[in-house]
Amino acid sequence: MVEGPRSDRIHLVKLRCELNGGQVEEEIPDHELLIDFLRERLGLTGTKMSCEVQVCGACTVLVDGNPVSSCCMLAADVDGHSVLTIEGLRDLPEYVTLERAFLNHAATQCGFCTPGFMLTSAALMASGAPRTRRERSEALSGNLCRCTGYSVILDAVEEAVGAYDEN
Amino acid sequence: MTRIEQVPHRTIGDAGAVGQSIDRVDGPAKVAGRAEFTGDMHVASMAFGRVLRSPLARARIVDIDVRDAEAIAGVVAVVTAADLSDIDATFGHAIRDRPILADGQVRFMGEPVVAVAAETDEIAQRAVEAIRINYEPLDPVVDVEDAIADDAVAIHTDFYPPGFAHGLGELGERDGNICYTHRITDGDAHDALQSADIVVEGTYRFPAVYQYALEPHTVIADHTGAELTVWASCQHPFLVRAELASIFELALDKVRVIVPYLGGGFGSKSYTKMEPIAAVVSRKAGRPVRIANRVDEAMVTTRRHGMICEMRTGAAADGTLVGREVRMWLDTGAYADNGPRVTATAADAAPGPYRWDAVSVEANCVYTNTAPSGSYRAFGATHLQWIGESQIDRIGRQAGIDPLEMRRKNLHQRGDILRAGGTPLDGDLIGDIEKVATALDWGAERGPDRGVGLSVGVLAAGAHPVSSATIKLGPDGRATLLVGSTEMGQGTRTAMAQIASEVLTIPVSSIDVHGADTWFTPYDRSTGASRSTTVAGKAVERAAREVAAALRETGAELLGTDSEHVVLIDGAATHGDATIPFDEVVRHRFGFSGGEIIGSGEVRPTGGTGSYAEGPVFWEVCIGGVEIEVDRDTGEVRVVHSVGIADVGRAINPDLIRIQDEGGTMQGLGNALFEEMEFSADGLLRNDTLLDYRIPTTADIPDRFDTIIVENEDGPGPFGAKGCGEGILAAIPAAVVNALGSMGIEINRLPATPERVWRAMQSSAEGVQDG
Repeated sequence: MVEGPRSDRIHLVKLRCELNGGQVEEEIPDHELLIDFLRERLGLTGTKMSCEVQVCGACTVLVDGNPVSSCCMLAADVDGHSVLTIEGLRDLPEYVTLERAFLNHAATQCGFCTPGFMLTSAALMASGAPRTRRERSEALSGNLCRCTGYSVILDAVEEAVGAYDEN
Repeated sequence: MTRIEQVPHRTIGDAGAVGQSIDRVDGPAKVAGRAEFTGDMHVASMAFGRVLRSPLARARIVDIDVRDAEAIAGVVAVVTAADLSDIDATFGHAIRDRPILADGQVRFMGEPVVAVAAETDEIAQRAVEAIRINYEPLDPVVDVEDAIADDAVAIHTDFYPPGFAHGLGELGERDGNICYTHRITDGDAHDALQSADIVVEGTYRFPAVYQYALEPHTVIADHTGAELTVWASCQHPFLVRAELASIFELALDKVRVIVPYLGGGFGSKSYTKMEPIAAVVSRKAGRPVRIANRVDEAMVTTRRHGMICEMRTGAAADGTLVGREVRMWLDTGAYADNGPRVTATAADAAPGPYRWDAVSVEANCVYTNTAPSGSYRAFGATHLQWIGESQIDRIGRQAGIDPLEMRRKNLHQRGDILRAGGTPLDGDLIGDIEKVATALDWGAERGPDRGVGLSVGVLAAGAHPVSSATIKLGPDGRATLLVGSTEMGQGTRTAMAQIASEVLTIPVSSIDVHGADTWFTPYDRSTGASRSTTVAGKAVERAAREVAAALRETGAELLGTDSEHVVLIDGAATHGDATIPFDEVVRHRFGFSGGEIIGSGEVRPTGGTGSYAEGPVFWEVCIGGVEIEVDRDTGEVRVVHSVGIADVGRAINPDLIRIQDEGGTMQGLGNALFEEMEFSADGLLRNDTLLDYRIPTTADIPDRFDTIIVENEDGPGPFGAKGCGEGILAAIPAAVVNALGSMGIEINRLPATPERVWRAMQSSAEGVQDG
């Protein structure tokens, strides 16, 4: 059960990426997780840590527009890529639509899962939204919410997708 | 100030008063990811803590070697039980049985043994890995059956004093591994069952369940020696304050507990959890320390009690219930936590809200070498309702009486006494269950793979009704509301603002509601037991009425009339056509640039009559129904339609009620169909990740959700309100089990996994079924 101490040697790597529309360049340990890079190093605390095994989706961010679990991705692996967190989504035009839809449908309760749902929803909006409720439900099945019964979140996403399509 | 209960006021358009589904006040911050949780906070010079936990369920600690950990650069403090000899390093609000850090032996896998603080989280983790502990393994007592066996090893041998907040009177002495027993005896149940025409009986098992609040327990503690400040994801800041004050022998005002938003609670953050560990590490480190549980640590910090229950129910040939006998054993794990209260509530729930000639209940709270069990939404009721309700349906099937008719015939009615000396039944259960039946199209023909079930129960709600609130109305006409309720998703800050808005006639957007800071926020006992809207909400209403009285008093001076002729409308004191906005009233009252009108309100069980004095504050109804479809080949259950009753007296915000009940329904389906913590024979938790412990996802949503909000204005809270949000969790597993029963599939063990349902179908095909 008892293990010895890990090696103290830290390999630093250079990370250059686009983050929330700006350029970031940092020297980081090669084993640093993307979520720790965002939350601890940059103070972007809108991304939440929960399950740590890529199940709950609370840590969802978009990498090149695709939802990923930042708890299970190395920060070094986003080198040369584009990362969007809830802090960046707030500045995009679709945010207003998503925000209004989530508020209209009371689709947030404790709020811990909400940033993750917002980012997954934003990816859905951008990628040509699935047509049916079942498809939307499947697309959101990688985000867990323990407060709501999910139906209000699906309603919100439906409204947002519809509203966005009209624009 | 004089207290005036009836103040003339007018509901304000769409600005947020009672009864409107306004946007929640914390919605924009939460959607934007700006809402701050404890783990998002940074306190100056904060160090990062980690806990080394026992890998064994039961063992003697031979020695602990922390030298390698202490030698790591960046390690600030390493704390073991040996560092705590100057304080009473134990806690437990029901029974003070729990060491902050294991002292000499460990009693469950995951028990904290050593805590460290370091400059970074990573160094703290390396320090934990560098600690060497030599354990002498002992045979663990894992199952309740083993724990209550005559030759069982006693998990605890020391005497423990009762905790400060169990509220159960005399706890009685521990009997082997049984730390608490609650009995209800009304008449001679044995005789009643002897004379019954129909008797059904069974042995039932309810699983250990994990609450899974997405935010695991997180604490920042700053113990300076003279004072202790704690930022914590806790539901009951004032009870945590009291417990910390006791541990460190500090005055209450030298302990400050600050609660930001909680990422879900569901009972997992009720009472004291990780706060003492963070505090002892900070004390040694001499600086603030943050400890954030991981999910696997949260799972062994608290969980729902597993249970074994034996129940017999008897009825006359015409379906009239005569008697019930119940014995149950709840697995509280290695330490009592809230187990005694859960056990008492389970005993209360065992008879169900039915008329009996005689009832006998014995509920036992049992120590085992597994993770401690505490509160989880609708505790006790969720444990018992599915058992009691399935027996009602079985009797109905034997007597040839429809489940709905069984309930019409036997349920208590409004005003009946449910518990000797307690609050009479304050709801219309038969009316509620008829609504569920109508929504489910009860009696309709369904296919052979479809079943329908409903269930009824009540839950003693409100806990100890002690709450207070303060409202400050400033010279800009805006109000700040200080109330200790914890916002953990249920929407309490919104509901409280709406209650104040209704009285003050100012919009919710003009009212700020913050989280608790025990230095400034008036006392509120707890956030749980569906009590906040009712109890704390009543205190808020009273505080608002004091402010309103002062506004009318000063308004009268300005308007040249008596205060009883001043009417508050849309944020102004008015008399006839004359109108003076509140900001002017406040400035006039204090002169110069104004001051603040302060109103306070309280609720207490003493010095009065009614439900606040008698208890429970109200009976929360636990009523729901489902239609299901069962795959005959796999045993998989799909929920076609779920119906919940939110009997809330008066809906402060209907949308918030609806989403609470939908969320409760989903948790109920998880409890009913697939959630179960599995302990190995060695007492090791086998499914300690979300990969292995599955909770409901979007794939598990019923095809149709109905929440029926019932408003009879019969609650003791503000404007006739009473609480909600827990009852549905007790109702849904019972409804699912009864829907299966309607198809001849008898379930006596939850969760009703496909395998268990399939096996039950095979048994029923062999003819082992009722009626």
